[in-house]
Amino acid sequence: MPNENEAKPAGKLNFLALSNDSTVKTFIMATLVCLVCAVFVSISAVALKPLQQLNKELDKKKNILQVAGLYQEGDDIEAAFSKIDIKLVDLATGEYTTELDATTYDVRRAAKDPELNVKIVKSDDLASIRVRPKYMPVYQVKEGDIVKQLILPVNGYGLWSTLYGFLAVENDGQTIVGLSYYEHAETPGLGGEVDNPKWKGMWAGKKIYGSEGNVAIDVIKGTVVPGTSGEEFQVDGLAGATLTSRGVGNMLKYWMGANGYQKYLNKIQANGAQ
Amino acid sequence: MDKETKKIILDPLVDNNPIGLQVLGVCSALAVTTNLGTALVMSLALTSVTAFSNLSISMIRNHVPSAIRIIVQMTIIASLVIVVDQVLKAYVYDLSKQLSVFVGLIITNCIVMGRAEAFAMKNPPGVSFLDGIGNGLGYSIVLMCVGTFRELFGSGKLFGIEILSTVNDGGWYVPNGLMLLPPSAFFIIGLMIWGVRTWRPTQVEAAEFKIKEVNGTEVA
Repeated sequence: MPNENEAKPAGKLNFLALSNDSTVKTFIMATLVCLVCAVFVSISAVALKPLQQLNKELDKKKNILQVAGLYQEGDDIEAAFSKIDIKLVDLATGEYTTELDATTYDVRRAAKDPELNVKIVKSDDLASIRVRPKYMPVYQVKEGDIVKQLILPVNGYGLWSTLYGFLAVENDGQTIVGLSYYEHAETPGLGGEVDNPKWKGMWAGKKIYGSEGNVAIDVIKGTVVPGTSGEEFQVDGLAGATLTSRGVGNMLKYWMGANGYQKYLNKIQANGAQ
Repeated sequence: MDKETKKIILDPLVDNNPIGLQVLGVCSALAVTTNLGTALVMSLALTSVTAFSNLSISMIRNHVPSAIRIIVQMTIIASLVIVVDQVLKAYVYDLSKQLSVFVGLIITNCIVMGRAEAFAMKNPPGVSFLDGIGNGLGYSIVLMCVGTFRELFGSGKLFGIEILSTVNDGGWYVPNGLMLLPPSAFFIIGLMIWGVRTWRPTQVEAAEFKIKEVNGTEVA
């Protein structure tokens, strides 16, 4: 029994009445689904972006404070971070540079920007990172006017992932305060133990450079024997994570070496931290 | 709650568990169960994605051209997963860092796809939504069980709180490193399925073929 409704011609506006398998309806449905989904995804991405960026910033600041030993769970991160000054160092000369604004400088973007990065010669590329930024930020922990610690960003390849972290060094440019990673994807429980507070604690007091100015700090296989020579340059390897341990060792060799912060740290050793 | 809705929600918990009986979605169960925190967030994420994808697919089910129905389902599921991922990044940043790629991989989780195709395409939105919740909970139960075992025996903790003090931290418990590697989840899920099927023999599938019996000297 044909009623008025069905008698209407199935025009473009009334596409829902079309057969599901008609080409026109297939195209209309596909377009509609895509449109609705795209709007939905865009709205959520745009609306949540400020919160996400805040989280990322806070996480990084928390890590900087942690590696400097200035953070306890529950502290106000922003307040604690006000003690810290950011400066940019030109790794080629070891001098500070004011060419760019240090507070907004983004290391990872710089590493990708051909204007701001340097390709690393393969034989020098101990950390397997291929490119490095020309300038690196240095975080200075100050007490009054005196620089107490320098916090240097480091990164390098482990087993599965690039590890990003910070090395905190005393104002003598030689003694390590701590090493902490804020981003990595190593195996939890094995390589992931780079996050273990006990292992991180082993770095405190270790020395970076040997008597001839060579980079002596290393992660060794097994346990450091107390009383042996070179003890102050060695840190225990992580059990079951040879490749991650090797990656950490190589990363420090690279970043503390002539292509990394060595010129800068040598100046600090000679003239004191400024 | 009437009998029918109760059945839709409770059935997937044990009797028709997506991991236990249908053996779907096992890969993410291996990846995120090294500790309970990530397992819980993953469970919540998957449950909400399954529920809402079922709901939205069911709403348009009468107008989805069959030629592109899988793509339509995937588009909806993928959008929901992206939204969940964004929300996690905004509100539980630390956990989302640990879950990394696995939230994104919910898109390819067979449970979500399976329910969309098998249930939501044929049933009205209300029950489809409940079906999504039920299956999500079934997945969650398995994840939480596996997570409990792995975190307790692998690192001596539950939800990051120390239960057995490990040798690394100066205690007595030597953690079982295998528990932190993916194979252990296989073993635990396997044992769970064995346990459930012993308890509920109806879940045992009929053998698809029979191995021919042969005498000692006869060649099969």
